[in-house]
Amino acid sequence: MRALRGSVLLVAGALATAATLVRADDTTRQEIQKYQRMTSESSPVELWELQGADLWKAKRGPKNASLERCDLGMGPGVVKGAYAHLPRYFKDTGRVQDLESRLVTCMTTLQGFTEAEATKRVFGNADNPSDMEYLAAYVAGQSRGTKMQVSTKLPQEKETYELGKKLFFYRAGSWDFSCASCHGTEGKRIRMQELPVLSEPAGARGTYTTWPGYRVSVSQLKTMQWRINDCFRQQRFPEPAYGSEATVALTMFMAVNANGATYNGPGTKR
Amino acid sequence: MPGPMKIRATVHDGYTDIRVLMNHPMETGQRKVDGKPVPAHFIQNVTVKVNGKTVVEGQISQAISRNPVFSFRVKGGNKGDKIHIGWTDNKGESNQTETAVA
Amino acid sequence: MDEGRRFVLRGAGATSALAAALAAGLLRPERVLAATWNKAAFAAKDPADALKSIGASDAVDSSDVMLDLPEIAENGAVVPIEVSSKVPGTTSIAVLIEKNPFPLAGQFTFMEGALPYVKLNVKVGQSSRIRVVAEAGGKHYSTAKEVKVTIGGCGG
Repeated sequence: MRALRGSVLLVAGALATAATLVRADDTTRQEIQKYQRMTSESSPVELWELQGADLWKAKRGPKNASLERCDLGMGPGVVKGAYAHLPRYFKDTGRVQDLESRLVTCMTTLQGFTEAEATKRVFGNADNPSDMEYLAAYVAGQSRGTKMQVSTKLPQEKETYELGKKLFFYRAGSWDFSCASCHGTEGKRIRMQELPVLSEPAGARGTYTTWPGYRVSVSQLKTMQWRINDCFRQQRFPEPAYGSEATVALTMFMAVNANGATYNGPGTKR
Repeated sequence: MPGPMKIRATVHDGYTDIRVLMNHPMETGQRKVDGKPVPAHFIQNVTVKVNGKTVVEGQISQAISRNPVFSFRVKGGNKGDKIHIGWTDNKGESNQTETAVA
Repeated sequence: MDEGRRFVLRGAGATSALAAALAAGLLRPERVLAATWNKAAFAAKDPADALKSIGASDAVDSSDVMLDLPEIAENGAVVPIEVSSKVPGTTSIAVLIEKNPFPLAGQFTFMEGALPYVKLNVKVGQSSRIRVVAEAGGKHYSTAKEVKVTIGGCGG
């Protein structure tokens, strides 16, 4: 914790002295925000949304069916605005699901893929994105401009939120990290990155509303399941299963904290 | 198989803004995988046409970011004008797409 | 070598000759505007050589050439820049990233109807000045801005 707070910022180039302790002053923050704004304005991410739209409509799998009857919570085939209401409880599976686990449900029930087939390659690479990445980009994009309204009315939803909250603060792994180690207190950073406090509305609103997102550093669309998976890796936790109860609960926690904000994704990130 | 392309063209006050999204690795030839350099593979030429007339010719290098996005502007312009954009790369591959100004 | 290719390869000074040749019907527009790539300019290893290769060694600083970019880039793989020129009769804009192994990143030629304007994303290998050069009436006008490249986050 202390190491993170006092982390040294090394910036190559014009900042003459190395090992200079630099706090994010207003100019730095301003220029970074400008970088984020300009990269978002000139982002290729829409190409992922378009590919995802094609995949959504493509007849695939043993049942030779498309995903056009997939129920994302607002009725079969209703995609517009659905992402802003996820995660949520689904009667047909008897559990709370996020977007990605719901896509797996639809791929198995509508298209006839086995769960193993549907989750065989969920995270792609720059040369070959995964189907999940395209689909996530498409569905999320259909909620662009929609206010986040994730409900905890049902007991299962409330329970999932509480589990997510518990997990967020739960220290584990060989380094004794929790999500809160990085994302639980104001004013923390890693190198140039200001770490948002995801357990509070202010932090969650700004961050959750731009995932999934196109990462310019790797030229890939990264989803929320990937983000949590990678956080677990960084915390030296065991790898979570795709769409596991733990990952859905953490997603629920952050999504509910982001309620009220306008969903703006898919975003574009460093 | 070249990736998809998308043009968004909108009329503003006195000019038409043309934004084009491209899918291309823009491989520099410097990157190594398992010790072996990945061959250079990047778009070299971009052409922008409005209603069949070429208005912009771009020569670019591997220093353009992967999955390039460009914005251009033309004087005036009307809804319905045909915008055509094409590219060719150092391997002789090409792609093109067309849209109408919104 | 046929007339068309020789004119296109010469670069800067050829602009008016090109126009004259076109008007005289000596060159078919499609052939003149066929894909050419200034190999020598793109292979130049330092900014001065790159400028020379595009005939812009005479470039003077001008506030009529506008370059907008973020001064800090969270990642050098994508640095968004917006360039425009108020110099009357601007026919092209070139972009150079001075500290890149090959500084010339691109050159855009604007024909009748196009505004001298371009927005693009460039790769910046290390903190560097980005220089943009506008050509108008055979002369060159330039401006430059520094971008600091950083690496963000926890490597994830």
